[in-house]
Amino acid sequence: MSDRSIEHVVLERGEIANSWRRERWDSLRLLTPNRQSRLPGHRYDGPDPDGYMTAGEVADFVAGFAKVADAPVRTGVDVTSVRAGRAGYELETSLGPLGARSVVLASGACNRPVVPPFHTEVPASVVQVTPFDYGAPDRLPDGGVLVVGASATGVQLAAELRRTGRPVVLAAGEHVRLPRTYRGRDVLWWMEASGVWDQRYDEIDDLTRARRLPSPQLVGSPSRETLGLNELTALGVEIVGRLAAVRDGWALFSGGLRNVASLADLKMERLLDTFDAWAASAGIDAPPPERFAPTRVPASPRLRLDLRGGEIRTIVWATGFRPEYGWLHVPVLDGKGRLRHDGGVVAPGLYALGLPVLRRRKSTFLHGIEDDAREVIAHLAAGL
Amino acid sequence: MERVDMTTVSNGVNVKALLDARDALKGAPEAAQFTWRATSKWQNGVHSTTRIQQFFGLGQEQNHKTEAVFEADHPEVFAAEDNGITPIEYLLVGLASCLTAGVASVAQNRGIQLRSVESTVEGNHDIRGILGADSDVRNGFNDIKVTFTIDADASEKDIEALVAQSQKRSAVFDALTNPTSVTVEVA
Repeated sequence: MSDRSIEHVVLERGEIANSWRRERWDSLRLLTPNRQSRLPGHRYDGPDPDGYMTAGEVADFVAGFAKVADAPVRTGVDVTSVRAGRAGYELETSLGPLGARSVVLASGACNRPVVPPFHTEVPASVVQVTPFDYGAPDRLPDGGVLVVGASATGVQLAAELRRTGRPVVLAAGEHVRLPRTYRGRDVLWWMEASGVWDQRYDEIDDLTRARRLPSPQLVGSPSRETLGLNELTALGVEIVGRLAAVRDGWALFSGGLRNVASLADLKMERLLDTFDAWAASAGIDAPPPERFAPTRVPASPRLRLDLRGGEIRTIVWATGFRPEYGWLHVPVLDGKGRLRHDGGVVAPGLYALGLPVLRRRKSTFLHGIEDDAREVIAHLAAGL
Repeated sequence: MERVDMTTVSNGVNVKALLDARDALKGAPEAAQFTWRATSKWQNGVHSTTRIQQFFGLGQEQNHKTEAVFEADHPEVFAAEDNGITPIEYLLVGLASCLTAGVASVAQNRGIQLRSVESTVEGNHDIRGILGADSDVRNGFNDIKVTFTIDADASEKDIEALVAQSQKRSAVFDALTNPTSVTVEVA
């Protein structure tokens, strides 16, 4: 908007990159490697292009961008209400009322952890935490942990907890399997270079599904390790099916684990086929194609677990996040509380950025915002 | 995934009607509420007869074209008359037919011509559970194995993906692999 000389202000409830400073666990690193970490006019220029920034480094990086871009950020301003007004939108903020011709909702996709309703059936003797209050292993009670969910969050926390010597059970539903590196390069390099990440929202067959896809099983670690179910099994994590219910003090797991593992294996192979086909046609100089062992599923995965038996002292709900729109008093949410939008265009003068597959598959990755923002702001500018 | 022209492939599944129904029911969840019904009558011994004709769906009572009648009994090795298959074998009927329907539907949707789809379903069952001989043994299946043999115009990977997708969308697979709340009352 600065480039287009559109008068604007950026309201931030905390400090710049607040959620990266306050709402992430201690060990978290960005999934995107440094060489791909860029924002318009601002890129990583440190000594480790293959590494991954810590949460604190990401926050500093975003703050550095705000400085380079000379963005008019007002920190410590809480927006408590947005409603339609006569000339655009009327906002209530902790600094008082504010009017705007246009509003861009950039409050993120991960404001609240989602926990299944049957969490109320978990016996009181078991401590329940979400990724927001997890922090680090030493802040959990000693003893076994049930990690629910096998997205990036679930596999990372399961591995970290297992490495402290605790018994860990991971309940895995549908998940996205990816190797960290492929044919000598980071898998996210392949996603970007091959054009998969540029696939647009209006070219995707089942957009609802694509937008609900769990984050891929990736970790940004100095060792560039792959962290999927096979690696967790090798660490001694017990894999069970999706947590389907808690009943009479028992956790009940789905018997469909083998199929969700097969689906993830098949989808990963299809993606690697896409990379290979692109590499061949583009003449990319890379080591030969690789294929990975199918997911090893226990012969008889456990179907139930006694939560009163003392084996499990903590449940970590890695069951996803959702945006918080309690302050948005504009009828733009669907029956499930999700924002209705067409590639970030929500309503006249109302826009969104930073939601899954907003305009492209890469929308929620750090550098994915650039193309989305350019197009959304072009639409906004045309409406002024 | 590559999609070929669906009209060149015929597995006898009206995928367009199913996709239209999916779109229509997205905005009308109440019409999507179905109730499937069976009525059962004890004959003698462990032999019973179950009949199915009516069900409820799309907001009203519906009828199968004809009534279907199912005899259930126990085999002679259980000291019964074997007037029909055992109740737990009906679960195998449900699972095999549901997955097979799924394979045909997904194949049609993906433009894959099927020539034959056969499957064998095996449910391993330790009957000490139902006999009360060992309280650590469950009453139901220990596990179930389904083996498909499929001849189709598709690669091995595409056939694996068909079978995986049919499980993902199967009512009976879900009913068997996930807990369901069951209420049994005396009228």
